[in-house]
Amino acid sequence: MDPGKLEGMTRFEQNLTGGNAVEVRGLVKHFGATKAVDGVDLDVREGTVLGVLGPNGAGKTTLVRCLSTLLRPDAGTATVAGYDVVRQPRQLRRTIGLTGQYASVDEKLSGWENLYMIGRLLDLSRKEARSRADAMLERFSLTEAAKRAAGTYSGGMRRRLDLAASMIGHPAVLYLDEPTTGLDPRTRNEVWDEVKRMVQEGSTVLLTTQYMEEAEQLASELTVIDRGKVIAEGRVNELKAKVGGRTLQIRPVDTADLDPMIAAVTESGLDGIGGATADREEGLVNVPIVSDEQLTAVIGLLGRHGFAIAGIDTHLPSLDEVFLALTGQKTSTPQDEQDQQDQQDTSLEEVAA
Amino acid sequence: MSATTVKPAALPAEGRIGLRANLRHISALVRRNALQIKQDPESMFDAVMMPIIFTLLFVYVFGGAVAGGQQAYVNYFVPGMMAMGGLNIAMSVGTGVNDDFNKGVMDRFRTMPIARSSVLIAKLIVETGRMLVSTVILLTVGFILGFDLKTDPLQLLAAVGLALVFGSSLTWIFMWLGLSLKTPQAVQGMGFLVIMPLQFGSSIFAKPDSMPGWLQTFTDYNPLSRLADAARALTQGEGAIAAPTLTVLLWALGITVVTAPLAVRKFRDKT
Repeated sequence: MDPGKLEGMTRFEQNLTGGNAVEVRGLVKHFGATKAVDGVDLDVREGTVLGVLGPNGAGKTTLVRCLSTLLRPDAGTATVAGYDVVRQPRQLRRTIGLTGQYASVDEKLSGWENLYMIGRLLDLSRKEARSRADAMLERFSLTEAAKRAAGTYSGGMRRRLDLAASMIGHPAVLYLDEPTTGLDPRTRNEVWDEVKRMVQEGSTVLLTTQYMEEAEQLASELTVIDRGKVIAEGRVNELKAKVGGRTLQIRPVDTADLDPMIAAVTESGLDGIGGATADREEGLVNVPIVSDEQLTAVIGLLGRHGFAIAGIDTHLPSLDEVFLALTGQKTSTPQDEQDQQDQQDTSLEEVAA
Repeated sequence: MSATTVKPAALPAEGRIGLRANLRHISALVRRNALQIKQDPESMFDAVMMPIIFTLLFVYVFGGAVAGGQQAYVNYFVPGMMAMGGLNIAMSVGTGVNDDFNKGVMDRFRTMPIARSSVLIAKLIVETGRMLVSTVILLTVGFILGFDLKTDPLQLLAAVGLALVFGSSLTWIFMWLGLSLKTPQAVQGMGFLVIMPLQFGSSIFAKPDSMPGWLQTFTDYNPLSRLADAARALTQGEGAIAAPTLTVLLWALGITVVTAPLAVRKFRDKT
């Protein structure tokens, strides 16, 4: 088999009637008094990526566990590839792949043995299981580590092995439950690249994430949930327009330059630029921007005016700001989550490059 | 999609897993457990060392006092120890199973189109293999210390087989306990409370003749006594074979019928 090619959503096609690979209606799951999932509706259209965005504890993982037959919902219905999660769990399990936040591979087994085992459990012949294990390792750049125990892998390698394990049976629907949580930026980009490739090849993906940036990178449609409820949904672009995009942050050497800078930007008449504001506490000028051209133009303008600049940064809306913009209320996110969000701001180096 | 895509055979309508597929899944999972042992050979330590240390200790420390001589006690102790080995290994399954079944890979197994019992059955098979290794080592030590097989090799094999059958039924109990209790320590604590009286309140280490009447009644009903008696009959030619063998088989069947479904259900419902 060509390692780069993932043929076959064949199992799916057999049972596919409409356009939705996943349909969830009024799904409820309680844990004691806590309603982890509290009446969620969502659709994932075949061949698309739906991002489910929400803070820690919003019910994302519970939702995925219900959809993968690990938890039995208390109310509502959910079908995956036409199979009901409660009434047809066995058939449903043939159509899904799951990669969770915690790697679901056997750490004592080598990468190859993990994939071979999964292949055999999916009823592949010995020969087929062997060749697919080889092909998957190559595709996910793990060939050199094939014989090493998965426990010795780095975080990114383990996540890639996990993805490979989920993909080996060519599932019709792939659940990615916070696939990059806890990964460093470089490893996160590796995982994103893999997911993008799978999507290009036609996989249907339900992705949960805490990061607006991740949803933007990977998903075409977005469902935002908090405290077990859907609070917004729509195409990523539409939601982004509501939320606002990047902000350019400029730190003048002398805070007395804040107002002259804003005046210069406002009076420049640069296409589409407006609404520059000063953050006097931090000594920053914030300029909302929608394109890299605008970013270059604003920096060029300030340079021509001869302002002394101490620092430049760009800032993406944090999950909190997304929630605020969409619902007018803050998330239930605790403070330490907020810190994680802040780390997502594009660094100075990336802007310079 | 490429034009060469081959459609897989149509799925069984209700998604049931056939016997052949089930056996294939179990063998893939047995391979997993066996590879784990290969990766971590120290996990065999208890199965290898326990029969050596116990046999040396008991034969040399208690042999003279209990049976009037090492030689006589080896012949009494080795069949008894065959009954005990399975119990000890089954208990170690209870402490390990919790750890194993809390791992992420179990979530993967539970989302795959396999019978959930196959994960437990694979574990059972590998643990029974561990019991076999332990028993072979016990017999080797026994023969070195002068264990005398007074019957024939076939009857010895029957004794080993009986011990393994009973041992694997005990494994179901401990898999169930391991899945039900929260920590390995809890399993160990529970295990010792139950196991110590069962082991020592039996005919494994000493003849019950000298025990008080109430204790004799207990040892009489203790399946470990019956297993030790059966193993003695099969290797020493002393006493009836059929009665204790049948009792042990019935116990094994009863334990399996009750605890295997409980263990599978616990595994299925564990989140």
